[in-house]
Amino acid sequence: MRPTLPWLSKRAFALSGAAVLSVSVLAACSSSSSSSTSTSTSSSASPSSSTPITIGASLSLTGDFSTDGQNYKQGYELWASDVNAHGGLLGHQVVLKILNDASSPTQVVTNYQTLFASDHVNLAFGPFSSLLTTPSEAVAARYGYAFVEGAGGAPAVFNSPANVADHNVFDVSLPIKDEMVPFANYIAGLPASQRPKTAAYPMADDPFAVPPVQVVQTMLQSLGVKTVYSKIFPEEAADYKAPADQVAASGAQIVVLGSTDVPTVSAFMQAFEQQHYTPKLFIAAAGPDQGSAFIAAVGKGNAVGMMVPNGWYPAYPDAASQAMVQAYVAKYGGNASGVSSDVAEAYSVGQVMDQAVTATGGTDNAKIIAYLHSGVTLTSVQGPVKFDVLGENGAAAAFVSQWQDGGNAFNQVLPVGTAGSVAIIATKPAWTS
Amino acid sequence: MAREIYQAIVDGILVGGVYALMAVGLTLIFGVLDIINIAQGVMVILGAYLSYELAARLHLDLFLGLLITVPAMFVIGVVIQWAFIRPLRGRERTSMTLLVSYAIALIIEGILYQTFGADDRQLNAWYVTSSVHVFGFYLPYIYLFGFALAVVLVAALYVLLYRTGFGRSVRATMQDETAARLVGINISRVAAITFGVGVAVTAAGGMVYGATNSFNPNSGYDLISRLLAIIILGGLGSIGGALVASVFMITLESVVDIWQPEWAIVVFYAALVLVLLIRPTGFFGRKAVRAQ
Repeated sequence: MRPTLPWLSKRAFALSGAAVLSVSVLAACSSSSSSSTSTSTSSSASPSSSTPITIGASLSLTGDFSTDGQNYKQGYELWASDVNAHGGLLGHQVVLKILNDASSPTQVVTNYQTLFASDHVNLAFGPFSSLLTTPSEAVAARYGYAFVEGAGGAPAVFNSPANVADHNVFDVSLPIKDEMVPFANYIAGLPASQRPKTAAYPMADDPFAVPPVQVVQTMLQSLGVKTVYSKIFPEEAADYKAPADQVAASGAQIVVLGSTDVPTVSAFMQAFEQQHYTPKLFIAAAGPDQGSAFIAAVGKGNAVGMMVPNGWYPAYPDAASQAMVQAYVAKYGGNASGVSSDVAEAYSVGQVMDQAVTATGGTDNAKIIAYLHSGVTLTSVQGPVKFDVLGENGAAAAFVSQWQDGGNAFNQVLPVGTAGSVAIIATKPAWTS
Repeated sequence: MAREIYQAIVDGILVGGVYALMAVGLTLIFGVLDIINIAQGVMVILGAYLSYELAARLHLDLFLGLLITVPAMFVIGVVIQWAFIRPLRGRERTSMTLLVSYAIALIIEGILYQTFGADDRQLNAWYVTSSVHVFGFYLPYIYLFGFALAVVLVAALYVLLYRTGFGRSVRATMQDETAARLVGINISRVAAITFGVGVAVTAAGGMVYGATNSFNPNSGYDLISRLLAIIILGGLGSIGGALVASVFMITLESVVDIWQPEWAIVVFYAALVLVLLIRPTGFFGRKAVRAQ
């Protein structure tokens, strides 16, 4: 029996419609969005002496940022366990309430609404990435919370209308737009005869990835380094072979990759190897800082020479940092080189909040905001923290780290001559797979 | 510029082969069972993890490992169909399968997170990073092998559907389920085996995807919208259409990427809409499929 409708049955047509609708919905789900509409007064009551202090946070435990999100969870929990082991905050035990936002800018808003309006947490820690901090900071501002975070360093975070109006965001880490400046300064310091002549700048379309690469591009162009590739590609692309092959075809001596995660970097590295192309210098905005997760994806041999900007590195010469690294290895295993900078960022968030709560004598968020804006210099495992009027950490130092020693060591190499720095591998070795 | 365009076309054809491997199972299930399997993307990732485990624990070559992962995924597919899809009946069946398959995706994703964690993995073998130099282009072996595998699998599915008794049962079910039941075809058996085959071939797609991209339990969601677009463009239920549409869409995206990468994805979906406006059944719509 043949179908009564020769070209397309009604059911098939309906199915097609449903499928197209599914495509649209799923495509929309994979792109970013932000919204929030709720209003409320601030929650800032101090807990009684017998109750714990509850700190709420939304983290990307699944989704595109899940590797970073899990690292952040470890960092927050490591700080909380350390604080509780030393008597807690003002004598109160710290309880973390962490919700999973699945790396979604929409879900992160919902999560913070829940934490503030329903759970009435005492304090708030930020999510991972500038992409998620931007929509959630407005919720924190509406409820009057001090929003202390470690991974929202993009200009879009500080210049958002909510933060410009309420000044409640505090990023304990290095502002990302300047994070690659030491790399550009290193190129500038090379003798003209040794300075690379060409550079490529592929960038993921993300508020975290684009600004630092564009700063470097401007600086290198002023030095006479010719730009042979500079394009922004969609972050949600499922395959990076096309842009990576274009970079390889350009033959650039320097690659400055605006990446947000390990898969982006590893895709470019794999494509470069397939095209028999090894740039002389290769720095990525994010990915190589993910410790063991990066090594697992790209292999130790190929990691050698890969660079990444950082506000912290495992061998950072600071007693509190070293203690944190030891505590991390004792709790989660692995070795020091495998400790992600995410852990230090998250731990620093806790440290800064700890000092603010101690100084203000409670969990009144208005007082905490005023204190953090007072010009006081705080300490963290990443170094000194001092906030400007928009919550950027003006005291943070920029470093560049590099995988060395056969992929077994993640060393700070730039700025040259600073404490703890080692000699840079000036020419990336050939791929080793 | 000409070289860049040639390179983009080569990339599109090779990467299109990988997408075809991931899409053929989806279109088979869609065509026979009228099920939009939202879990297809996660099943691709499940296939990648199975290959990863075999390579890591047994040091088995990725392609040899398919001899184990393909049957394993077939069993998983049959079990899923029997446990979750088969009980759905009535007028709301199609919409319910959307929700059920999404739930299946979440369950598989949760299990993968629990088992493997959130870290990204990648499959490795000598042919993953090696390439052959042909006419001035480096062609990665993994993409060449993946494309060849896609062609072989499409041919095998074609033989299964058009040269076997089981295939006649499948096509009869595609044309008219009631009539097929009346002539004695065991619809439940056809449905279970078809779903199993659709999931089984996804194991191959998962292996090649895992060798060409880092993956974590969540990676499947980046894939499913593209896979759905590909099978709609190729024609629902058309195995060959999935291959043609994959190559067409990815090549188009690669070429656009030369000038304006931010528009590449937009053009990808715009092409789908344009083709459907002109030809609502896609490249190889149902009439063409059933008449083969």
